[in-house]
Amino acid sequence: MNSADTVQKKSIRFRARSFVAFALAPEAPLGEWLRGLDRWTENSPGFFTGRPVLLDLNILKPTASEIAALVSQLAERGIRVYAIEANGIDTLGPNLPPLLRGSKPAQTDEGKSKSASPSEARKPAEASSLIIQTPIRSGQSIFHPDGDVIVLGSVGSGSEIIAAGSIHVYGTLRGRAFAGANGNAQARIFCRKNEAELLAVDGWYRTADDMEPTSRGRPVQSFLENGVLWVTALD
Amino acid sequence: MAKVLVVTSGKGGVGKTTSTAALGAALAQTGKKVAVIDFDVGLRNLDLVMGAERRVVFDLINVTQGVAKLQQALIRDKRVDTLFLLPASQTRDKDALTEEGVAAVIAELREKFDYVICDSPAGIERGAQLAMRFADEAVIVTNPEVSSVRDSDRIIGLLDSKTLRAEQGNSVTKHILVTRYDAARAARGEMLSIDDVLDILSTPLLGIIPESEGVLRSSNVGSPVTLNEPTNAAARAYVDAAKRLLGQDVPLVLPVDKRRFFDRLFGRRAA
Repeated sequence: MNSADTVQKKSIRFRARSFVAFALAPEAPLGEWLRGLDRWTENSPGFFTGRPVLLDLNILKPTASEIAALVSQLAERGIRVYAIEANGIDTLGPNLPPLLRGSKPAQTDEGKSKSASPSEARKPAEASSLIIQTPIRSGQSIFHPDGDVIVLGSVGSGSEIIAAGSIHVYGTLRGRAFAGANGNAQARIFCRKNEAELLAVDGWYRTADDMEPTSRGRPVQSFLENGVLWVTALD
Repeated sequence: MAKVLVVTSGKGGVGKTTSTAALGAALAQTGKKVAVIDFDVGLRNLDLVMGAERRVVFDLINVTQGVAKLQQALIRDKRVDTLFLLPASQTRDKDALTEEGVAAVIAELREKFDYVICDSPAGIERGAQLAMRFADEAVIVTNPEVSSVRDSDRIIGLLDSKTLRAEQGNSVTKHILVTRYDAARAARGEMLSIDDVLDILSTPLLGIIPESEGVLRSSNVGSPVTLNEPTNAAARAYVDAAKRLLGQDVPLVLPVDKRRFFDRLFGRRAA
């Protein structure tokens, strides 16, 4: 089979990401706090333009109608509220921004680099292969953050292999394989018989349902090209 | 010194208890001294299948906790006098089992018996892990269907990691026992084939037990099928499996649908 036979559709990508946002924490009395905000924006016009702003209501603890009024007052000042953080409030009306939970104080990059010793940071990561001579059974999870994973037996349904590099399976691949898991788009997955539940390279994945039936039960490789995860036959 | 065998599967309802009773009885009939232990604390069944439920006084938990002596808890079978049952407690749960207690009981049984067969509860939790913990060999009971095969694969992974032998760097000898094999459905392609099962599990085959009403009939009268209906196809398959456990070379024949006997007759050697 050549590559033209594979489906040209792009797979959908899901990833958890964290972003830095400004949290505005209004304090009572609200009128005074808003005047203070106005003075601040007078001195720095456009400070909030296009910036994600969260409303931290843990100090003010307003009622639902007060929240709606506050959001519209901020909107008048050109401040768009992306989300609201308020402990003790479970739901907000559909006209209000969504609730957020589990916030942490932001950590700046300077703080991080100081904590890591420079010699540690410069040491090149040694790529090493992990060779597994036994079958991988259902429920087992192989995680190899350093390099390739080579499996001489089969990979059972309900098991998974997560590798920083490529994954080679010389038996039947029935489980899930995640190659390039630390962000390596060059990683590939090879197997002698493809019965995989899921193949993923660098976060792009394809489930068994999304694979063309012609690739099932055959020797295949899976790789990323222009943001498309290909599953192509090797024979 | 006894061999300790665990009969396990992961999935429930595939025939662990029936197979424990049938294999235990078949081994005992060869003259070997056999103890079968019910590890399904809280949901015991082996006493019923063995027809000993009216003679249970002490149980496994009593013995592990030192309340009763092993000799007091062991129930001698009325039909085969080398077959003994150590029942589970029905009123306790699996948390009542301790590894030290089980170790002590197994060690004592090893002194007195040729075969100790542990009937594992379903699942992969404490009860199942303690049942396999001290095993030398494992019989993995599998039905020819995908959910059962995947659960068996999971159990094989545990046998290779959570048993004492595995932790000491040795391995547990594993056998696949396919039960409830329906020749007519297999001929119609409605079940996984034996080849598919063995390919997925990559473990040697001990036997294929055909689906048979005789198995259920025997369980209901409290007698292992190998004793109750010795001429039944399932009973003969269990007897052959027991011989293979003893190391004998018995040719393995795929059960066939009798109506299409001549089209479908083909033999297979035990792996």
